[in-house]
Amino acid sequence: MATTAETLTDTPLSVGGREFRSRLMVGTGKYRDNSTMIDAIDASGAEIVTVAVRRIDLDRTKEEGILHHLDPQQYFLLANTAGCYSADDAVRYARLAREAGFNEFIKLEVIGDEETLLPDVAGLLEATRTLVSEGFKVMAYTNDDLVTALRLEDAGCSAVMPLASPIGSGLGLVNPYNIRIIKRRLSAPVVVDAGVGTASDACITMEQGVDGILMNTALAAAENPVAMGTAMNRAVEAGRLAFLAGRMSQREIAMPSSPTTGMLG
Amino acid sequence: MNEEMTVVVNGEERQVDGTSTVLDLLYSLNLDPRAVVVELNREIVRRPSLGSTALHDGDQVELVHFVGGG
Repeated sequence: MATTAETLTDTPLSVGGREFRSRLMVGTGKYRDNSTMIDAIDASGAEIVTVAVRRIDLDRTKEEGILHHLDPQQYFLLANTAGCYSADDAVRYARLAREAGFNEFIKLEVIGDEETLLPDVAGLLEATRTLVSEGFKVMAYTNDDLVTALRLEDAGCSAVMPLASPIGSGLGLVNPYNIRIIKRRLSAPVVVDAGVGTASDACITMEQGVDGILMNTALAAAENPVAMGTAMNRAVEAGRLAFLAGRMSQREIAMPSSPTTGMLG
Repeated sequence: MNEEMTVVVNGEERQVDGTSTVLDLLYSLNLDPRAVVVELNREIVRRPSLGSTALHDGDQVELVHFVGGG
């Protein structure tokens, strides 16, 4: 099997001038405990892990910061602006994140609606322009909308991150056609972010030819997050390889796989 | 005698010594300056400046760090 895979050489994922060893990125939220989180991330093979910026709890009633558990030497920390509902807020959070001193990448979220957590694309574009002008490498969480994706690319995004379906929904890839056209039309890397529920979702997403995928809840909310991490690792690799292999064309009627000649008389 | 002053840290009022710097505040809260990002009145205070940035009565301070998130 290894030799089959080796006949198709893939290039590493490259975002913002930096190469990464895995096309799978994972979040660090909502795990039942930190050791499960670390084991699940390790099983997933992810290098890029997302973190959020929040106030320190000065009364120490809650868990300490994530860096007590996550080694920044081992993982590439991608800070997000989750929870921000305006461009100004997102820019503020991004600046704080960069000041932590790890890198200039930001997973930019500007949310427009509390129920669906769908992005405010006007605010997203505004925040992108500001952050790009300040030297940030912006990875923008957005709708599966081609025109917005093109505008984000024009604004200088290092990666465009259309959703598979709403954050935390686990509904999987609801519109592969939109994702495919976004990938086809953009030069910037396309990383699908949010909505993946299980391994087949990840595999189908990668089969569309996108550069990568980011997920959080699919691992954190699985009954066994570590096993799901392994499943996602394989699914992303399988989906990527299937894309590179080039799938057969589909047809609505059967075509025999065995010879129709040489049948007994 | 040192006069005290009131600063708002992460949304809560706190009394600090009247000559405190931001670094003094972090130490008084048992925080490692390398693990905290500080915003003073909406402006980020970079780490090398923490010890030379004086606090003033009524200052708004935000102390943040990374937590788990997607």
